[in-house]
Amino acid sequence: MAETQKTMEPILAVRDLKVSFTTPDGDVDAVKGISLDVRPGETLAVVGESGSGKSQTMMGIMGLLAANGRVSGSAKYRGQEMVGLPPKALNEIRGAKITMIFQEPMTSLDPLYPVGKQIAEVIVHHRGGTRKEARPRVLELLKLVGIPEPERRIDSYPHEMSGGQRQRVMIAMALANEPDILIADEPTTALDVTIQAQILKLLRDLQKRFDMAIVLITHDLGIVRHFAERVVVMRRGEIVEQGGTAGIFENPQADYTRMLIEAEPHGRKAAPPDDAPIILEGRNVVVDYKIDGGFLKQRASTFRAVDNVSISLREGQTIGVVGESGSGKSTLGRALLRLIASKGAYRFGRTDISGLDRTGMRPLRRSMQLVFQDPYGSLSPRQTVGEIITEGLYVHEPQLSRADRDKRAIAALKEVGLDPAARNRYPHEFSGGQRQRIAIARAMILKPQAVILDEPTSALDRSVQGQVIELLRDLQSRYGLSYVFISHDLSVVRAMSDYVVVMKDGKIVEEGPTDAIFSAPREDYTKTLIGAAYNIGP
Amino acid sequence: MLAFVLRRLASAVPTLFIVVTISFFLMRFAPGGPFNLERPLPPATMENLMRAYQLDQPLWRQYLTYMGNAVTGDFGPSYIYKDNSVAELIGKGLPYSVELGFYALLLALVGGVIVGTIAALRQNSALDFAVMSVATIGVTVPNFVVGPVLTLIFAIMLAWLPAGGWGDGSLRFLILPMIALALPQLAVFARLTRGSMIEALRTDHIRTARAYGLPAKSVVVVHAMRGAMLPIVSYLAPCAAALLTGSAVVETIFTIPGVGRYFVLGAINRDYTLVMGTVVLIAIFVIVFNLLVDILYGLLDPRVRHD
Repeated sequence: MAETQKTMEPILAVRDLKVSFTTPDGDVDAVKGISLDVRPGETLAVVGESGSGKSQTMMGIMGLLAANGRVSGSAKYRGQEMVGLPPKALNEIRGAKITMIFQEPMTSLDPLYPVGKQIAEVIVHHRGGTRKEARPRVLELLKLVGIPEPERRIDSYPHEMSGGQRQRVMIAMALANEPDILIADEPTTALDVTIQAQILKLLRDLQKRFDMAIVLITHDLGIVRHFAERVVVMRRGEIVEQGGTAGIFENPQADYTRMLIEAEPHGRKAAPPDDAPIILEGRNVVVDYKIDGGFLKQRASTFRAVDNVSISLREGQTIGVVGESGSGKSTLGRALLRLIASKGAYRFGRTDISGLDRTGMRPLRRSMQLVFQDPYGSLSPRQTVGEIITEGLYVHEPQLSRADRDKRAIAALKEVGLDPAARNRYPHEFSGGQRQRIAIARAMILKPQAVILDEPTSALDRSVQGQVIELLRDLQSRYGLSYVFISHDLSVVRAMSDYVVVMKDGKIVEEGPTDAIFSAPREDYTKTLIGAAYNIGP
Repeated sequence: MLAFVLRRLASAVPTLFIVVTISFFLMRFAPGGPFNLERPLPPATMENLMRAYQLDQPLWRQYLTYMGNAVTGDFGPSYIYKDNSVAELIGKGLPYSVELGFYALLLALVGGVIVGTIAALRQNSALDFAVMSVATIGVTVPNFVVGPVLTLIFAIMLAWLPAGGWGDGSLRFLILPMIALALPQLAVFARLTRGSMIEALRTDHIRTARAYGLPAKSVVVVHAMRGAMLPIVSYLAPCAAALLTGSAVVETIFTIPGVGRYFVLGAINRDYTLVMGTVVLIAIFVIVFNLLVDILYGLLDPRVRHD
């Protein structure tokens, strides 16, 4: 183990670091001359929203910028200048002295090689020897990061592991050569809350054991508060504030930091009366997915995604559906809208919609809308915003003239807080938050009664998230809408919902009014979820 | 794995059956026949010929007879090359076509992958631009132009290589037809490789490999190239089938006694049995190479392992 004296001498000193990218529209400065120190054994959080330059700072230091990126200034690792270092010398440091784990556990490992081989490759490259000789060390590392059955898993391919396990493998790789600094770039963002907490705990334990510094790049202030000793807040390529974690949270100096801290969603609307009429209901919903065998291959099987779930949405109500990935919450949403084949009894208002086919459902579709998670994938890149949001009108109000449709588009865009001029532009010209507003406008233009919101804020930065939630709440009170709000993010669910349904493995584990669920969860699983979300760390 | 191969081979039977059936009837519904010459034959002669080849029978009976014989490997006599059966013609010509096609395939694959990788690693540089322009020319210039130009330069002007023929089968005779045959495919492989290498080099796991200090050579060869090979392997099947079953143009220009000519000649002469024979040959090649490629795919990419 490395014998590091806990001096205040930084092991990584960054001075006036700049990163810029050459683009067809001219140079873009992503990092505009920042200075920071990483001290031995500490945890330094670099916080900021997307586009703040927090990741690019580290990429620049590690020589990992895209081909059109340039880095200048200075970053000294134990006195050794890393900026401008030739690749060969840089390769001595990265992977051995400074290692990284990334946001995307699903894709950060090479899909074509067993994980053990990939870890061994890093060991062999930096320490010599053969892959065979490295195998015991790899086993030891896999054990260390808590991979079950390491003797078997060492020969597994990444696709045979879950996201959390893959991130553990990445951590094993990062520890393989006992680094001084581990840079963790949003290491838990892509993971479920309970897995998040496990990974963070693992990182903390290992940090103590190996006495290494961790640079944690994140947008999640909850993690920062529980995990970091010092914080650097970045915005638009500059550092707006840095200092001890407690100080930053208790007494933030910069307006931006204050805004970030306050951007955690809070407040809630009043719940509708208990006797409000039911607008959308599914009883004993069951969804089975068939896994096909294929030609000359009789091994078809079924996977039960939603298992006997009942849910009643009242007028003006928001039901939050909470669960981890694979819990069936999105499938339930689609079943309620009769978008996928499912069993059960469904009604919309007074209409029984259980037996309706596509054609039968069509007149009702305008009243039941869906907003998706991914504001990038769910808008056609080849249509203008105007075309996207008015498309539903062709089906549901075919009598409208072109001018009428345009008027409606203007109104819908204004309603979601966008410039009506946006309707002549294309989706790629907008930010994630603006795109989600476009997606909401597309649903709202039809004047629906019930809207299923499938993780509408998960892809957005915290501050933008807050704005979208405000917008959704505002539209709800103005038009008396009812929402089913599907999310894995408990703080958002808490701010949005009157009633919460907790799902696991296709079943409802627990349900009840929001306050009851959050203040006194009965089931262990709910407790774990809430505990993981609000008390990250020990 | 064995089960997978057997399953695939079993599913090849209906495929072949459909291909043969469609070709049979398409051929018969095309106007003309094998004995319609520029100077019509006397009706009595015609009648005798038709009877001799059983072409006077109803079509369904001809079809059943053909299918019955084909199952036993008898593809009938050629109507034009009267001294040979179709099986003999193909049996004689195929080794030439396969040998030439194999070298051409090797050249196209190795050359294309190298050129494409260089272009990808120097993306948007002058070298990339130059190499890919040549590749575009390779795709667009047809081999009936490339062939004669090669002959003109290397056989006639420089007199380094023979202008045609198989000779003793030595490499000297093969070089020019091999290049003419390989060039368009080499260009396709180069373009495919460039595209998929550029994509592979941008993936997250390549970033990981670089972040862990692995040397550039291992990043490119071990991590990027294996993934980038997948689309190339997919193209390999139709390409191999096309090259190994001979090219009418190249075999004619370089007077090589392969099977490539038979398809064109058979179709023009309405030599029903010869066309059917070549159709079966090409179909078998396509099916077999697709199977080989699927197996290769499984070896390259653990996510598509067959059980």
